[in-house]
Amino acid sequence: MKPKRRRLFFVITGMAALGLAVALTLAAFDDNLVFFSSPTDVYAKGMAPDQRFRLGGLVEEESVAKTDDGLTTTFRVTDLANAVPVSYTGILPDLFREGQGVVTEGRLSPEGVFVADSVLAKHDENYLPPEVAEALKKSGKWKGGTP
Amino acid sequence: MIAELGHFAIVLALAVSFVQGTLPLVGAQRGIEALSAIARPAAIMQFLLLILAFVALTMAFVGSDFSVLNVWQNSHTDKPLLYKISGVWGNHEGSLLLWVVILAAFGFGVATMGNNLPPSLRTRVIAIQGLIGVGFLLLLVFLSNPFERVFPVPSQGTGLNPLLQDPGLAFHPPFLYLGYVGFSIAFSFAVAALIEGKVDAAWARWVRPWTLAAWTALTVGIAMGSWWAYYELGWGGWWFWDPVENASFMPWLLGTALLHSAIVVEKRDALKTWTVLLAILTFSFSLLGTFIVRSGVLNSVHSFATDPERGVYILAFLVVAIGGSLALYAWRAPSLKSGGVFAPVSREGALVLNNLLLIAATATVFIGTMYPLFLDAITGEKVTVGPPFFNATFVPLMVPLIMVMAIGPMMPWKRADLAGTLSRMKVAAALTVIVALLTLYFSGFDPILAVLGMALGVWLVAGAAVDIGERTRLFRIPLRDALRRAANLPRSAWGGAIAHAGMGVAILGMTGTLSWEVEHLQIMRPGDRIVVAGYEVEFRGVAPVTGPNYDAVRGTFHVFRNGELMEIMEPETRRFTDPPMVTTEASIRPRNFGDLYAVVGEANGDGGFATRIYHKPMIVWLWIGSLMMTLGGLVSLTDRRLRVGAPRRPKASPAPELQPQQQAT
Repeated sequence: MKPKRRRLFFVITGMAALGLAVALTLAAFDDNLVFFSSPTDVYAKGMAPDQRFRLGGLVEEESVAKTDDGLTTTFRVTDLANAVPVSYTGILPDLFREGQGVVTEGRLSPEGVFVADSVLAKHDENYLPPEVAEALKKSGKWKGGTP
Repeated sequence: MIAELGHFAIVLALAVSFVQGTLPLVGAQRGIEALSAIARPAAIMQFLLLILAFVALTMAFVGSDFSVLNVWQNSHTDKPLLYKISGVWGNHEGSLLLWVVILAAFGFGVATMGNNLPPSLRTRVIAIQGLIGVGFLLLLVFLSNPFERVFPVPSQGTGLNPLLQDPGLAFHPPFLYLGYVGFSIAFSFAVAALIEGKVDAAWARWVRPWTLAAWTALTVGIAMGSWWAYYELGWGGWWFWDPVENASFMPWLLGTALLHSAIVVEKRDALKTWTVLLAILTFSFSLLGTFIVRSGVLNSVHSFATDPERGVYILAFLVVAIGGSLALYAWRAPSLKSGGVFAPVSREGALVLNNLLLIAATATVFIGTMYPLFLDAITGEKVTVGPPFFNATFVPLMVPLIMVMAIGPMMPWKRADLAGTLSRMKVAAALTVIVALLTLYFSGFDPILAVLGMALGVWLVAGAAVDIGERTRLFRIPLRDALRRAANLPRSAWGGAIAHAGMGVAILGMTGTLSWEVEHLQIMRPGDRIVVAGYEVEFRGVAPVTGPNYDAVRGTFHVFRNGELMEIMEPETRRFTDPPMVTTEASIRPRNFGDLYAVVGEANGDGGFATRIYHKPMIVWLWIGSLMMTLGGLVSLTDRRLRVGAPRRPKASPAPELQPQQQAT
């Protein structure tokens, strides 16, 4: 095979490989990007029931309760302007507690309860997820220093 | 006093690296012997100075010298000795010191073992290595000095993040860095070759062992990190497509591509410019990884401190290093002459396909990792790109790669007969089909992926076995002769086969746990029994436990099979005070290559405890596969042809009994 044809062959295979990667990426972007919302965003934008997103804020004081099965926890996530009720079934992270920053991921049920399938609370008492800090700043309730 | 000594050593090292990075370059260019001769002593000096600094910091940590800011922030007198030592690199400043120590160690390696390198190439490689050193030492001395003092001297340290107090994690960063930084040698060789305008088989023979060593270390580092996540984070996951994981995975993917394309340069004198570009890109992604992890643009357990100055500095260094080397590449690469010609269906062709697919896969990981950063920077919108994205992009690209991976090593160079090569894979293909059908018959909830994963894993393992079988002519000649052939096979052939089989074994492990994992989450009271994957697990209650620097609640489970007590499992929830944190210690028991995995959670206030019990079938194969890949790299490193400093074997004496295609290993 002549060098020129060989080069053409490689360019074509290379394009095919990258094209495949681009196609897969674009297809995956369609369904798999998860946006972050604060409780205020949830009310302002109005989320579709099947829309998967991340909800972050502070766990509202005196909002945490267990249901009868002992495994489902309900609580409210607040940015101190608005609050969204959340329910989560499973073992909560070690540092989950009232007044702490939290990020949850899941979908909004038709009843307006955010059904989370994962709850992230960072392993550090002083740590506030940057998204949460920003949400608090946006709602005008920020009183800390730099996150 | 010791801290001052260390401080002095890093400042001196900066000065030495500056000399090392400039004068020898001028000397090599102008042919001034006296300037070129500086390179080797400078590289040796730099290494010794940084070792001194590292020892000084380690002594400060071991002796709990809290007058050193870094020790005060990251250590505590109650900490066990191992974690006092690992605390040295368990923070930003110390890990950066480790980084430059390893960088200097590689320069030292070239300086002391590079006797058979062409002198001008050796001088330039050491000089480029020195220039990278300048970049990082500036950061270390001016923005991240580990020897800074604190006054008044605190009486007690603030402690190390308990998650990092773990034997598996103690050695995760050093291995990761050996890998990351090891690619700097390939980069220095590439840049030096561009300056020289010459890339040949000898060049590739030199780049390969360094790349292989770096790749092997990176494989160990990534596997250790994954293993740590598996047993320490308490969720039973082993890979999260977390940006920080991706930061180490991208150089690994590119390093794998580089490893393979360097073979083509060495054997066939082809793909030269491509290999040089890959060497530059691989180290660029190591730098990018450092930026992602160290700049604080991402928050994770890995980012110790968020300091915008450092981020900006690393970004600027990134632009200079990557931009400069790519500009040099654009300028000089066209002058590199291309050599051997080959057909698309050939060993070279298969390796090109390997490279293209690895690059495409790296690109998808790159986009998934960086897109949230870009979007946040441009629109301020926060998004997460999670595992589903990577499963939908990365995994499909791996499927053709793995299919070709099994047959590639059996193809002859230059031109292959695809039908002939495939016909030798008959046994492997038959085995693959059998396993696929068996999987289909037994499979659980996601049969397509399970069947595909099992089939690919078996195909790869069987392919590696057939490859070795073909090379030794096993079953076709008397066994004794076959064994003699096996002993005489080049080590690199063994290494390649072991690493490929290891990948297959790891795929089997991943597929097994992903497809057939069982998770039970429930409230249990003492005496309660549940059945998990055929095991009866009885909860016996909890008891308080006191550790060296924590208090814990320990749950006890008795595991029965057919009424017989098999295991006692004791997971813990540990509460640390310095710093105040809670960690979950899962209890993990390997059984028949699968793991039983138990976690005890909070009390429900009514005598019951939330418990989570998993059965993770076949997960052990994932770790065995990683070990095999590492072993493959090590075996290949001992190949006489690649051994650093080994005299070149005269080309005119090929072993007479080898077939042509086997000769070309």
